[in-house]
Amino acid sequence: MTARRLRLIVPPIVVAFVFLGVWELFVVVRDIKPYLLPKPSFIAENISEQWDGMWEAARNTGTNAVIGLASGAFAGVLMAFVANRFRVFREMFSPLAAAINAMPIVALTPMFNNLFSITSTTPRRLVVTIVVFFPVFLNVLRGLTAVDPAQVELLRSYAAGDATVLRKVRVPNALPFLFTGLKVAASLSVISAIVAEYLGGPQNGLGNRITSAASNSAYGRAWAYVAAACVMGLVFYVGAFVAERLAMPWRSKRAAAQAG
Amino acid sequence: MSPSDGTPAVEITGVGKMFNAGKPGQVDALQDVSLTVARGESVALIGPSGCGKSTLLRLIANLLEPTAGTVTVNGKSAAQARQDQDYGMAFQQASLFDWRTVARNIELPLELKGWDKRRRRDKALEMLDLVQLRDFADHHPWELSGGMQQRVAIARALSVDPPLLLMDEPFGALDEMTREHMQTELLRICSQLGTTVVLVTHSIPEAVYLANRVVVMSPRPGRITKIVEVPLGERTEATREDTAFFEKITEVRELLRGVEASARSHEAAW
Repeated sequence: MTARRLRLIVPPIVVAFVFLGVWELFVVVRDIKPYLLPKPSFIAENISEQWDGMWEAARNTGTNAVIGLASGAFAGVLMAFVANRFRVFREMFSPLAAAINAMPIVALTPMFNNLFSITSTTPRRLVVTIVVFFPVFLNVLRGLTAVDPAQVELLRSYAAGDATVLRKVRVPNALPFLFTGLKVAASLSVISAIVAEYLGGPQNGLGNRITSAASNSAYGRAWAYVAAACVMGLVFYVGAFVAERLAMPWRSKRAAAQAG
Repeated sequence: MSPSDGTPAVEITGVGKMFNAGKPGQVDALQDVSLTVARGESVALIGPSGCGKSTLLRLIANLLEPTAGTVTVNGKSAAQARQDQDYGMAFQQASLFDWRTVARNIELPLELKGWDKRRRRDKALEMLDLVQLRDFADHHPWELSGGMQQRVAIARALSVDPPLLLMDEPFGALDEMTREHMQTELLRICSQLGTTVVLVTHSIPEAVYLANRVVVMSPRPGRITKIVEVPLGERTEATREDTAFFEKITEVRELLRGVEASARSHEAAW
């Protein structure tokens, strides 16, 4: 088990360090100017200098992303249950939802900014909420509706009504779908929270810091904040991944069994 | 447990089933079917695809409503019998729930009956003893072979002690050797519990081996062509090599050939 874990964890770390090494070497050997591409070691210096500012900006952006993720996921799950229950609603709304899901919702940010005061974080959270809503809604709805008909028939043979079928078959069946949606949504929430900052509103997030550093030619600082944004995206994804493992222990057991 | 008065386990009288009645896709699935299954009896429904055998099974289970005639189970309406969980059902796919352990799969119908946890668990283990899978109680379904999964499905169907077991090609997805083993197991369990069995199958040897009576059906519309009595006594592995067994297989096969031929000429006439 531990040997397998090591085999899983070590190679990507090695690759990452090799990548950083090659990057460093490339910049030094070709004498590339920092405004084109700074050295990783230079970015690292900036990270340690900017640590407090990074942490504060990350907290602001992260809060927006978390609130948007939570409210979007909640709304998505809720609407999926409604759509599962009411066929007319499902048939009218879900094709529309799939279409909206393919659109760049962050583009709406300037319009939302006009609706609220300049210091409000609500437009960002709203954007994240909408972005998160669709993958969660679509996945959970699929999980609730795409059940094995034989399992439903089996429950009906036990004299079970719709509510029992929902509880015993549809909801457990939708659980893996929910986490598929959440893993997509977790990454999207960070991306949209940061991009929304590029498009106006209060100047306190990672996205704001990146734009202001870049426009002040502070390339090392800009890259340090980019690195923080990368880490945040990763943290959100890993969070969703861990939640999935905790919620469905049988799934990881199964995956391990199938991997041999 | 089941009252030993003369009430048959299943009584089907003049049953017809029409799908999409009055619409363009109208299908006459069953027409004027009457069949009585006595308690403790084992009846196999066999026929070409489209003969309505699965429909007939679902009418008994009250998963479908007949458009004509009546179905009674245990002397009650089929709907009441379903409410009372008077039958257990098993399908071609084991249809086990991945998120439940083997024991918890078997507990499901008991859960819906409102049994408490302790009693459910005890009953599930008892059923697992019956299908000889006790050691797998806390495994998950995907860790079991197809034959073992099907045994769990049968244990689940029987967990409520139903007087009647309905099966739709329960061994259809299994290989030949596993299948024969499962048939022997099924007979052992059902004779132990006194369960009445109605099963749908495609396999002639399976029908003849498992059933006291084989109901041969014809398609479009589904009707009973003939009911073949199979008085072979207690089934053992030796039965499978018995001349009388082969004679019955031949009899059923010839009936089915006749059914297929007339169905084909009927289609040609269209």
